[in-house]
Amino acid sequence: MSTMVNFVSGPLVWIALVTFVVGTVVRIVLMIRTIKLDKTVLPAMTVKHSLRSIFFWTLPYGSRSMRTRPFFSGLSYLFHLCLLALPLTVMGHAVLWQQAWGIRWWSLPSGVADVMTAVVIFAGGIFLLRRIMSPEVRNVNTWRDYVILVIVLLPFVTGFIAYHQWLDYRTIIILHMVSGAVWLMAIPFTWLQHMFMFFFSRAYMGSEFGAVRNARDW
Amino acid sequence: MAVADPGFDLALAKLTPERIEQVINSVLSQAVAERMKLFLKTCVHCGLCADACHTYLSRNRDPDFAPVAKVRDTLGVMLKKKGRVSPEFMKNAARVAFIECGGCRRCSMYCPFGIDIATMIMTIRRICSLLGMVPQFIQDTTNSHSATSNQMWVQPDDWIDTVMWQEEDAQLEVAGLRIPLDKEGAEVMYSVIAPEPKVMAQLIANIAVLMTVAKVDWTMPSADGWDNSNMAMFSGDLEIMGRIEREHWERALELRVGKMVMGECGHAYRGAVYDGPKWLGWQGPPLPMVHAVELYYDLLREGRIEITDKLTEPVTIQDPCNIVRGRGLHEKLRYVVHALCDNVVEMDPKFEHNYCCAAGGGIINCGAPWKMARLKSIKIKATQLKKTGASLCITPCHNCHHGVVDIIGHYHIDMRTSFLIELIVKQMKIPEGLGV
Ligand code: HEM
Ligand code: HEM
Ligand code: SF4
Ligand code: SF4
Repeated sequence: MSTMVNFVSGPLVWIALVTFVVGTVVRIVLMIRTIKLDKTVLPAMTVKHSLRSIFFWTLPYGSRSMRTRPFFSGLSYLFHLCLLALPLTVMGHAVLWQQAWGIRWWSLPSGVADVMTAVVIFAGGIFLLRRIMSPEVRNVNTWRDYVILVIVLLPFVTGFIAYHQWLDYRTIIILHMVSGAVWLMAIPFTWLQHMFMFFFSRAYMGSEFGAVRNARDW
Repeated sequence: MAVADPGFDLALAKLTPERIEQVINSVLSQAVAERMKLFLKTCVHCGLCADACHTYLSRNRDPDFAPVAKVRDTLGVMLKKKGRVSPEFMKNAARVAFIECGGCRRCSMYCPFGIDIATMIMTIRRICSLLGMVPQFIQDTTNSHSATSNQMWVQPDDWIDTVMWQEEDAQLEVAGLRIPLDKEGAEVMYSVIAPEPKVMAQLIANIAVLMTVAKVDWTMPSADGWDNSNMAMFSGDLEIMGRIEREHWERALELRVGKMVMGECGHAYRGAVYDGPKWLGWQGPPLPMVHAVELYYDLLREGRIEITDKLTEPVTIQDPCNIVRGRGLHEKLRYVVHALCDNVVEMDPKFEHNYCCAAGGGIINCGAPWKMARLKSIKIKATQLKKTGASLCITPCHNCHHGVVDIIGHYHIDMRTSFLIELIVKQMKIPEGLGV
């Protein structure tokens, strides 16, 4: 059991991190090469219109699209905020980092992190329901999409259980670390790559609308 | 319900799976398609684009009409099967691409990633065009472009004849008015779409009256290239599309005009400013290009025309996709409309967020067989129009104009439509000395 713990909290973390970073870099390099194939794309892009589009689409309720569905947009915003902040600032992670590398890192009060974890799980649950219940969403979802959503949620569910020491802590923490590793590795290989593609596709559309066609895209 | 369209049915009989595979893969290996694949990988299947699309909203939220579903069922399958799809599959993909999407780009404003659904749909039309599977009516306009360089088989002498006839008509309004053909070095070359000489010739007289009263130094070409419409852009025949745009611009350059002014049409504008130059490898249009709305705006701002009568009835405005979402002319359009009308009732939503008319993007040009499908897919516009309570809808685009005419007929809405120019010439002052 302890070799298992050593593996998942040691080499596996490395494998996951390296896969995530290398996968992401390769994706971005390939994407830029693809974009360059079409010689009309890059010259039409401007920094101003790219940033303008990214700004309005990351601002809460910045686009009309978001305003037409206030509940979902608010939830998605909170979901992403918590989801991005937690892995970096959870107390349990900070402790591990300090042990491993001696890095001292600011971490969230564990009560706050716990609530944020609950927010991610709650929002994720709503997203799952929405994907099943809404005809227009169900129609374009396959088992892959549900699996991806589960992959996204598992580290939060297991982290939550571990924090509350509900089931067998050791088993749960192993599950947590494994699901955390899968989480990281899934990003470059599934639509979770929207994490970085978002900025490029918005920059593209923002320029298409703004620079080329003199119109707003939010 | 199956619609009979020889453009589809005859192709269906001739197509082989091998040919389909070859064409699909040749198109999808190109740079544009690579970009499309990137978009498809980014799509999180959230369905947020559904509510943006008038076809989805109009067809009782049938999920198969959501933009993401339309792409999945067409381009998505072609990519997944590496082009190994059946002729029947292609027929359905062609129906979706030609009839159920006009490339209005509204969905790209509602997708949080700005995924370019319209370009993907146009890529399918490109494939269909290479396979010869194009609705017969729009293929006919493309053939006409190819043979006559205009959309409606207007013969060269017909064009000149129509201009002269309209010159005479306009002389009933303004004494001694001339329509200067081929005037070298004029400030403005004005261009029309072929349906004007063919079926709406009075619009030519109208613009002549405006240009004369406003003392604009203008001209029109007598030779091919006078037509600025471009249905090949929508049928997927990009070779002809490029040829048409080059001819259009070459006429302007030959006449050494200062700028090109385009009549009240949206797609023509798009072709001349974006699609044409891009295909031809130009950085942009070789001369400044101005839409009629911008011309009216300038003339009003500079006081070169004076509006003496204003409409008091409730008037609403259809924001055409290609000059609003595609050019941001909505403020200038408002300026012009408010100069002409006292009681403007806006549609909701408006500006870049307005719904497409479902006639543009080549849909109305797919002709009679598809009229009912088109009207079914635009019920939302009928609701939107009714809600304004307006008795007049201003449509500064030929496609919007015909689209709205069809909608108000089909859904029994008590409303008229008008181009801006028709209102302007009726409501402006003809100065002393020019009048008859
Ligand atoms: C891959 C290596 C990972 C390791 C070794 C690891 C380890 C840990 C540990 C030891 C805890 C503390 C549990 C406790 O309080 O007793 C924890 C909590 C937590 N982890 Fe991880 N984790 C990893 C990955 C992830 C990832 C990728 C995420 C998120 C995407 C994540 C989210 C969380 C959250 C949200 C909590 C706190 C739950 C709460 O307070 O309710 N972890 N993790
Ligand atoms: C800076 C990084 C990120 C940005 C800008 C971003 C942006 C977005 C946007 C715009 C959506 C579209 C729909 C919505 O608003 O919910 C979305 C959905 C989603 N994102 Fe992210 N995201 C980021 C990172 C992540 C990460 C790291 C994950 C998890 C690994 C994630 C998981 C999800 C999920 C599961 C959905 C689907 C929600 C649904 O079911 O509708 N995101 N994201
Ligand atoms: S018709 Fe417009 S909104 Fe609908 S899919 Fe096509 S581009 Fe998108
Ligand atoms: S809104 Fe964008 S990301 Fe969501 S399903 Fe539609 S195309 Fe995909």
